[in-house]
Amino acid sequence: MSRRSTRHDSFTIERRYPVPPARVFDAFADQTKKARWFGCVDGWEVAEHSIDFRVGGREVWRGGPPGGTQHRNDTVYHDIVRDERIVWSYTMQVDDRPISVSLTTLELGPDGAGTRLRFVEQGVYLDDYDGAADRVRGTNDLLDSLDRALREER
Amino acid sequence: MLNHPQLDLVFQALADPTRRDMVERLGRGPASVSELAQPLDMSLPAVLQHLQVLEASGLVSSEKTGRVRMCRIEPKAMETAESWFAKRREIWERRLDRLGEFLVEEENERRKTRRKR
Repeated sequence: MSRRSTRHDSFTIERRYPVPPARVFDAFADQTKKARWFGCVDGWEVAEHSIDFRVGGREVWRGGPPGGTQHRNDTVYHDIVRDERIVWSYTMQVDDRPISVSLTTLELGPDGAGTRLRFVEQGVYLDDYDGAADRVRGTNDLLDSLDRALREER
Repeated sequence: MLNHPQLDLVFQALADPTRRDMVERLGRGPASVSELAQPLDMSLPAVLQHLQVLEASGLVSSEKTGRVRMCRIEPKAMETAESWFAKRREIWERRLDRLGEFLVEEENERRKTRRKR
């Protein structure tokens, strides 16, 4: 499955949080805070995480399952408006292979006493990295859980 | 994303354990019909029937080269069920949920310290 391919798409996610925009902004700007939510996939080890949070500054995140595939995110910050907006681009690599390049726009606004967050990602996804075999495995997992759920119903 | 009519055929095709075995085998690379049939305890016509269901779903395609029919996975068919983007979106959905949990935790920690003062 090493056919060369590119795919382009974008998606938008919206969230509301019960704290003011300044606190949401800090959770992106402050490395210690960001480390508490950004990369913590169950069982994954974080090998490196550094943030230079300013326009033109870089962020590196490396990690993955112990002994498994190593993931790497390289980010560049392009626009920062305190408590309102962050624009960054990032590449994702798996075992030193680039798998995607994305442009992300994060917008924060007040929502009563809380925050309304809008996240837009536009990207190019390379070489069908996910592969048919992985997707079939994913579907099998889905069918297995469907099977379990149906059996529990009985 | 889950409204594609072909998806019904995909799930129908994958609902059978023999066909799931065949798809799993093809997930490792193309195979001839006899290679597919070899680990299965059934006649060749029965295997061909399963193959027909898989081909109708678009999951698998086959092509005759000389006297051998070669089968392969059609990656595009699965895109309707689960695309790269669904996956990437899922990563960020989970991240932003965790961000929400973190913000609430942080808020609780702040309240506790404020009360102590």
